[in-house]
Amino acid sequence: MAENPREIRRRIKSVRSTAQITKALEMVAAAKLRRVQSAVANARPYLAKMQDMLEGVAASARFVKHPLLVSRPVKRTGYLVITSDTGRAGPYNAQIFRRALQEFGHRDKSTYSIFAVGRKGRDFFRKTGYPIDGEITGLPDSPEYRSIASLAEKVVHAYAEGRFDELYFIYNEFINPVTQRPIVKKVLPLTNLHAIQETSPGKMPTQKKPQYLFEPDEQEVLSKLLPRYAETLVYQAVLDAKASEHAARMAAMKNATDNAKEMIEQLTLSLNRARQAAITTQIVEVVSGAQALE
Amino acid sequence: MSTVPLQIITPDRVLLEREVSMVTVKGGYGELGILPRHTPLATTVKPCLVKIKLENGEAKIPVTGGFLEVLPNAVTILADAAELPHEIDPDRAEASKQRALAKLASNLETEEERKHVEAALLRAELRLEALDWAQKHGNLLQTEN
Repeated sequence: MAENPREIRRRIKSVRSTAQITKALEMVAAAKLRRVQSAVANARPYLAKMQDMLEGVAASARFVKHPLLVSRPVKRTGYLVITSDTGRAGPYNAQIFRRALQEFGHRDKSTYSIFAVGRKGRDFFRKTGYPIDGEITGLPDSPEYRSIASLAEKVVHAYAEGRFDELYFIYNEFINPVTQRPIVKKVLPLTNLHAIQETSPGKMPTQKKPQYLFEPDEQEVLSKLLPRYAETLVYQAVLDAKASEHAARMAAMKNATDNAKEMIEQLTLSLNRARQAAITTQIVEVVSGAQALE
Repeated sequence: MSTVPLQIITPDRVLLEREVSMVTVKGGYGELGILPRHTPLATTVKPCLVKIKLENGEAKIPVTGGFLEVLPNAVTILADAAELPHEIDPDRAEASKQRALAKLASNLETEEERKHVEAALLRAELRLEALDWAQKHGNLLQTEN
């Protein structure tokens, strides 16, 4: 540690301004987190109603067939990996990469493909030579459905076409503002329509469904409803990941601010020591000078 | 006059929640008017202007496709995208209309691409039509949200 008081003062100043920046970033992240959380709440009714309708269709129509509902032998797996565009979010991205690599294991690279959401993820997989089939970067902090619609459609379409036989999401699940957990979630195929009921987060209890009339017919309605449902799941996951991102960034910036404060304390202490030492030296000099004159 | 609660929900939010005496949409088989106590029904919705009858008049909302569910005590439209008349940006709608027209005038590569552009054109036109209608007849949904 620098012993020169002037040097120490300079360092205190620099650490203090860093602390101001991290403090500001922390508050920005907190505001963004609030906004995303309200977006999550606003998006819930659509998913809930869609699940509701799917159940109704499943109940009314006995023999429904759709590619999204059928389990096929798995030759190729799709992964939708959600990361952030920028760093300064603590372990947010790193833990996703770790989880993803663990998931891919040592399988041949032709047996899976990646859809990357977020610049960090795209760059990582590109640099390390993993197969990327689709990407989306530069998402707004609180994305609207239309900003991810094209990717969602692409992913679901690729599955329906048989380019891969199952789809997983890998992202940080938002549990609460201090806890986010990287998870790997199987999304497609939707093996059982009735299972939708149990896995749905924002589900409201509903009364027994009456039998529907369908226009044009149940097959047609279902074949439109299912892809849209899958796309909505993509949107929900992106929103969830965004909430986690802002929460992770908030925590990271809070840590940085706390560390900076601690450092300022230590530096102030050593500044005072150095100053006192300087004063002592000066007194000794004066005293010994005076004694020499006697 | 009897009414039925109508909800229009988009992936982002609940756009509208009102008691209505009639809803008109373009369903899988064409124009469809839903009155209170309609039989339970599930259908696809084509891009159209959804017309709703309120106690004090009518309103039209552009919807770019989705689904309609009628239950004995509720009508729900799950819209891919929808806007209230006063949220529509006329300049943006006009610009996307012109863009689509220009693309149609030039040669399009594939049938799929043509469909895509035509859908975009229809969306822009629906927005402009809804805006135009609201300006002429008044916008009853001004207070929504």
